[in-house]
Amino acid sequence: MSIDSMFTHKMWDDDELSKMVDGGVPFPMLSDAGGKVGTVYGVYDEDNGVEARGRFIIDPDGIVQGYEVLTPPVGRNVNETFRQLQAFQLVRETKGGEATPSGWRPGKATLKPGIDLVGKVWKEWKVEQAFD
Amino acid sequence: MPEEVAVGCARPTGGPVGEEPDSTLTSEQKTRKEVRSMIKVGQKAPDFAAPGYQKGKFINIKLSDYLGKWVLLCFYPGDFTFV
Repeated sequence: MSIDSMFTHKMWDDDELSKMVDGGVPFPMLSDAGGKVGTVYGVYDEDNGVEARGRFIIDPDGIVQGYEVLTPPVGRNVNETFRQLQAFQLVRETKGGEATPSGWRPGKATLKPGIDLVGKVWKEWKVEQAFD
Repeated sequence: MPEEVAVGCARPTGGPVGEEPDSTLTSEQKTRKEVRSMIKVGQKAPDFAAPGYQKGKFINIKLSDYLGKWVLLCFYPGDFTFV
């Protein structure tokens, strides 16, 4: 979603994005002329009339589970977005029975929050796991 | 889900949907509203409707149409920039 019109979105997809992705962008490219939606989400920069690089993860109940907002010159890490999405999906599937500590990615150990874990995280999770 | 729209000369736009903002806010309430600049995690994503483009079609979309699915909502400064 950006302040560009849907016509500009079409030109961008036709002329450039389709050269990067076969068949063009598969998901909806939304228009937020005037930044009304961006204002509600806190990403619209009124002085410059553009939106920041905001990314919101919204769960199936319509709840915002996480967001990241960057100023325009720095791009996002798509892999990190997918990692967070997979983590939120795992937490939801286990109904909160499992949590994903720092450095978690699919296949790595989760934590099981509960009274037995209090003061024992050091046994279940090592600092190196945040970086490997 | 997305509803296709006919192409016209106007530039359609969208906006928040749902509860109307109260236009009878006192100045104190207005000040508070400006201070509240970021939405909160764990709370409902503000619903909105917006026109857009997808796979050769002009469409209208409402966020609440996607209830039951995971949604990644991405804002960016403008077309012809990077993501």
